[in-house]
Amino acid sequence: MRTVFRLYRVPVPALAVASLVLMTAALTLVFYVAPNDANQGFSQRIFYFHVSIAFTAYACFAAGAWKALRYLWKRDQLADLESYVAVHQGVIFGTLVLLTGSIWAKISWGHWWLWGEDELVLFLVLFLFYCAYFMLRFSVDPGPQRANFSAVYALFGVVLIPVSFLAIRIAKSFVHPEVFTLHGPNFGGWILVTYCVAQAALLVFAHTLYRVELASKRLDARLRELRLA
Amino acid sequence: MTTAETYVTAAYCVVFAGVLVYVVIMALKLQRLEREVDSLERAAHTAPEDERETIEVG
Repeated sequence: MRTVFRLYRVPVPALAVASLVLMTAALTLVFYVAPNDANQGFSQRIFYFHVSIAFTAYACFAAGAWKALRYLWKRDQLADLESYVAVHQGVIFGTLVLLTGSIWAKISWGHWWLWGEDELVLFLVLFLFYCAYFMLRFSVDPGPQRANFSAVYALFGVVLIPVSFLAIRIAKSFVHPEVFTLHGPNFGGWILVTYCVAQAALLVFAHTLYRVELASKRLDARLRELRLA
Repeated sequence: MTTAETYVTAAYCVVFAGVLVYVVIMALKLQRLEREVDSLERAAHTAPEDERETIEVG
């Protein structure tokens, strides 16, 4: 837990530099080091960022739910803002998951989208659920009621994450590749190293964006208070 | 460039473009905040120097 708080104190410029270094390393590994997949060939290289972005989106939604719980528990206004920013980040990364996934589906399966794929449809449901979060939030006037509604909604959404993640294991009649099993990842060597670096890069990058957006939102709120004073 | 290479490039470009759009939106927002700070600063400078009520002492 202390590590989490310490991570929070890391200055944004340091996080930005770490993001840049990790992202460069990840792209170098993806295009120059990782071997071609035996089945999918070169197109499998989409996997490194597609899966990493998907897990980053899940992490953002989970963080949003955690902050929502914190708001409901402690009535901390900052936790409400943090929850909102985390959900916003999740939706941005969710959009990228859907776009990169569609491109990968087109080259692997010959279709941009398959409605018969539970994994795809459940992720879309999760994504649309969180898109509706903003409609709910901005349909209520600012204040405790808006924060309460948003927090409860963000908490409900977190239930969809394990459903979306486990859908690939629950159903068996689809073609989406199963990357992680109970016995660990379905790959090793440079593919695993590349994936881990890409995942670390995306998580640090998401945290950097989160901190920047949170800082701007807090500044915006303080300016609004100053104007009213 | 093969079809696979084209699609992989497109996927990574989509990610890059998405991030770029986000950064541009954030930059525009920061510009707006900067303008607001400027206007507040101007308002603070143009306000009368001493608006306190004068009272007799002693």
